[in-house]
Amino acid sequence: MPRLACWFIRASLAYLLAGFSLGAIMLALKATGHQGMAIRGLVPHVDFLLIGWTVQLTMGVAFWILPRLEGGVSRGAVAPAWLAFVLLNAGVLLVALASVQTLASAETMSSGRLVGRAAEVAAALAFAVHAWRRIRAASVDAQVR
Amino acid sequence: MPTLTRWFLRSALVYLVVSLLIGVMLAAPHGPTLDVLSPVHIHLFMVGWITQMIFGVAYWMFPRFSSEAPRRSERLGSVTYVALNAGLVMRAIAEPMVTLRYATPWPAILVLSAVLQWLAALAFVVNTWARVKAR
Repeated sequence: MPRLACWFIRASLAYLLAGFSLGAIMLALKATGHQGMAIRGLVPHVDFLLIGWTVQLTMGVAFWILPRLEGGVSRGAVAPAWLAFVLLNAGVLLVALASVQTLASAETMSSGRLVGRAAEVAAALAFAVHAWRRIRAASVDAQVR
Repeated sequence: MPTLTRWFLRSALVYLVVSLLIGVMLAAPHGPTLDVLSPVHIHLFMVGWITQMIFGVAYWMFPRFSSEAPRRSERLGSVTYVALNAGLVMRAIAEPMVTLRYATPWPAILVLSAVLQWLAALAFVVNTWARVKAR
């Protein structure tokens, strides 16, 4: 498994645990009649599990197993994939931080969430740039060889 | 394919069908009471189907931990499966009951379901972490 895939997958495991931890706390709060407090954790809970866990794991496994280029020796342009890793994690963390209402004014929090979401989109674009050439029929690789 | 993976994948398929059936019920004309199934619908899909499918395939396909213990700890794998499914089923029943303000024992069962699902995630992460390694 390449090093970047390890980073993607281990980060996704960390988000899985963080998302489930938050979800467990929210469920316990709901059970004890604190529905209002529980709902505050919804945005980071969803972002941790949808983007941090599911999307990030998918990117990591895709980076690992998609067909290689140049006769099977290269994964192509790796820099955009690293950029995707950095942007995706920065985005998820920013969205989560911007959900903690006591950190700053509502306007600042709203801007933080917007920047976080934009970073997630940029991560998706960067990963698409990396993966595009690797998505091809197996016979193409055989022809190159 | 390991036996545990077959359990994960077949259970995932059951949750897929059940969660989509609940989706049909929620899309059809219904009374307000049925809306309490909305979080159950989402979690049976995201946890029961998607996450469980990932757990099963990762347990099977991720790099071997060692030649003696290729999947690291089979016991932790089993703990993941049992805790995830017990927690999810308990949640699917207890969460609507709590929302409808039914009293004891539903709130306690809901807390227990939260603990079990969290335990499943912890067991999966602990068992999988060391199998994610660079060559």
